[in-house]
Amino acid sequence: MDSALFPKGVKRCPTWQFALWIGAAGIVLLWGVYAMLLCWLKGLNQTNMNDYYGFALWIWADLAVIALGGGAFFTGFLRYLVGKDELKNIINFAVIIGFICYSSALLILAIDVGQPLRSWFIFWHANVHSMLTEVAFCLSCYFAVLTIEFLPLILENRQIDKVPFFHNLSHNMHEIMAVFAATGAFLSFFHQGSLGGVAGVLFGRPFAFREGLFIWPWTFFLFTWSAAAFGPCFTIFLLKITEKITKKKLVRDSTVWLLAKISGWMILTYIIAKTADTIYWLSVTAPATGYTAGFFYDNWFYNIGWLIAEIVVGGFIPALILISKKGRQNPTTLFVAVLLGVLGVSINRWVMVLQVMAIPVMPFDTWALYYPSWQEVATTVLPVAYGIILVSLSYRYLPVFPNEVELNAPPEPAPAPEVEPDVPAEAAPAQA
Amino acid sequence: MEMNAKQHKYGMVIDLDKCTGCGACMVACMAENNVPFKKDETNKRDSITWMRVFKVSNGKSYPDADICYLPRPCMHCEGHDGHSPCVSVCPATATDYSQETGIVSQIYTRCFGCRYCMAACPYHARYFNWWDPVWPDGMEKTLSPNVSPRMRGVVEKCSFCFHRYQLARDKAIYEGREELAEDEYQPACVQACPAGAIVFGDLNNPDHQVTRIVEPDPHHHFTGHSKKAFRLLEQLGTNPKVYYISERQWVRKALDQYNFGSQAAAQGA
Repeated sequence: MDSALFPKGVKRCPTWQFALWIGAAGIVLLWGVYAMLLCWLKGLNQTNMNDYYGFALWIWADLAVIALGGGAFFTGFLRYLVGKDELKNIINFAVIIGFICYSSALLILAIDVGQPLRSWFIFWHANVHSMLTEVAFCLSCYFAVLTIEFLPLILENRQIDKVPFFHNLSHNMHEIMAVFAATGAFLSFFHQGSLGGVAGVLFGRPFAFREGLFIWPWTFFLFTWSAAAFGPCFTIFLLKITEKITKKKLVRDSTVWLLAKISGWMILTYIIAKTADTIYWLSVTAPATGYTAGFFYDNWFYNIGWLIAEIVVGGFIPALILISKKGRQNPTTLFVAVLLGVLGVSINRWVMVLQVMAIPVMPFDTWALYYPSWQEVATTVLPVAYGIILVSLSYRYLPVFPNEVELNAPPEPAPAPEVEPDVPAEAAPAQA
Repeated sequence: MEMNAKQHKYGMVIDLDKCTGCGACMVACMAENNVPFKKDETNKRDSITWMRVFKVSNGKSYPDADICYLPRPCMHCEGHDGHSPCVSVCPATATDYSQETGIVSQIYTRCFGCRYCMAACPYHARYFNWWDPVWPDGMEKTLSPNVSPRMRGVVEKCSFCFHRYQLARDKAIYEGREELAEDEYQPACVQACPAGAIVFGDLNNPDHQVTRIVEPDPHHHFTGHSKKAFRLLEQLGTNPKVYYISERQWVRKALDQYNFGSQAAAQGA
């Protein structure tokens, strides 16, 4: 029924099947929308947040999706600025994931603030000393950049592309995409960093506070670094899930391996820096204010396991798998590595928000634990459903994967083995 | 630090040995500042109490058991040159540090409820309006016209009864005076305390009682010279303007972990 809208030469599931799939995600989306409306109409008393947990599940979700959406800016940086041309095969997908992540973050923020209609005050009455101000400016600008990066892909829809104006617009936008990629990388460096700064500048919260360079705490650099490192993991993770669901190969292995290798080295260097930061913080920064290392993890829930899970399980292990040729070329270990990476960076964002709130700072205070209300959970699941719908629509109607047709063509002669992308492109054997 | 004669630094000294934990300061504060309340206030983590009295025990059994009640208003931290923990983080400049009074203000109509200031405040002195204020029938008539009630979705906190400062300033200007007398500007909690445990005044004025009690050292972030005076979490660099005094060593040890060892040691005090 809608086959005229499909990209040229690809196969898609029947309309009824697609409608059922979208319908299922739509039900979850509506559940989230209902919870969102409750929060807007009745207020944040619909949540389990309280005066000890001013920041909770939503701020974690914001930080996590922005870190995971970092695949867009970093892949764009590698493709357009570093010149890793191979990544053109995955850049569209990375941009869509980034667009979903950033639009989700903005939506969650709009639910999270007590007076959403006053949100513009952050721009009008901007406090230049606040990390959150910089986050708001850069986040909004970068979302505009992502929209511009997403637009040419939408214009490449088979029917839209028939209109000469849109065809030319799309072509010309592609021509100048390096400018937007550079802008995106610049903006991302600052807002990812500022999100780290949000926690790092809290000198009243010894678990979060870090020293740093000039006005930037070390968390500023660590957050940017980790977003660049783990963002591609999330792109690969979602690609593999999409391939599983569609039962198709969508991106060349060589492209995935290249991105995985870069991600692995980024994770390894990041996690070494993070380990150094943790050691310095626990042995110098915190004790200087009267807090011992053991105190921060002296709780049945927030125990040392979180630190091990973040640094070892979600850091060193995926890094070592991804930097090893065998590790990244084995589909199972590759998937395990990117999954652990996604979990690792999510745990980092979790502790930098939730554990900060949980730890008693006043000597007579006690640990504060929290669990989210269903409204918080539903509004956090909402972006997942929205993401599924947007990826599904994009996959069905837009030429997201430039190699899809050739990768899924009926087998002819046996394909030559793939090679690592550091071999010059001309020397690489043609794909089947 | 050079002291400007016109620059005030209003602060408080609370004598923990005098405080009986009666809660009069909390009640006076709520009435004075139109602080909203709920039918069920048992959950102290979503109830608004600008002045909150904590109970601290020495953890011993009879006959050595001892209790200390600790009233905790907003500390009006100065931080480093006015960069108090909450002021520096507010993205919309909805909270401000006044160099004229040393008071950290909250602009309710500008706050958009991001709650970053609450995350930044280690004293939990900032409260969010999770609900719209609902006053029992007829109680609207008893609200103070000098303090604007707050709506749902914004943060509020102790202002050291700043409206009283404004009224006193207006009176002084009308009478052709530049300065306020010590007793002209006193917050509601200070006046309500039956034990006289709370003293309030200008820490820049050597004649004021607060200054005489704690002997703040302007060259060392106003740390009190008095041996029995301390500030909560002073070691974090918040530079608060609320001082506590106690003759009891276990109290000072339990509340000032920096000078008495680790946090864990203080908790076990």
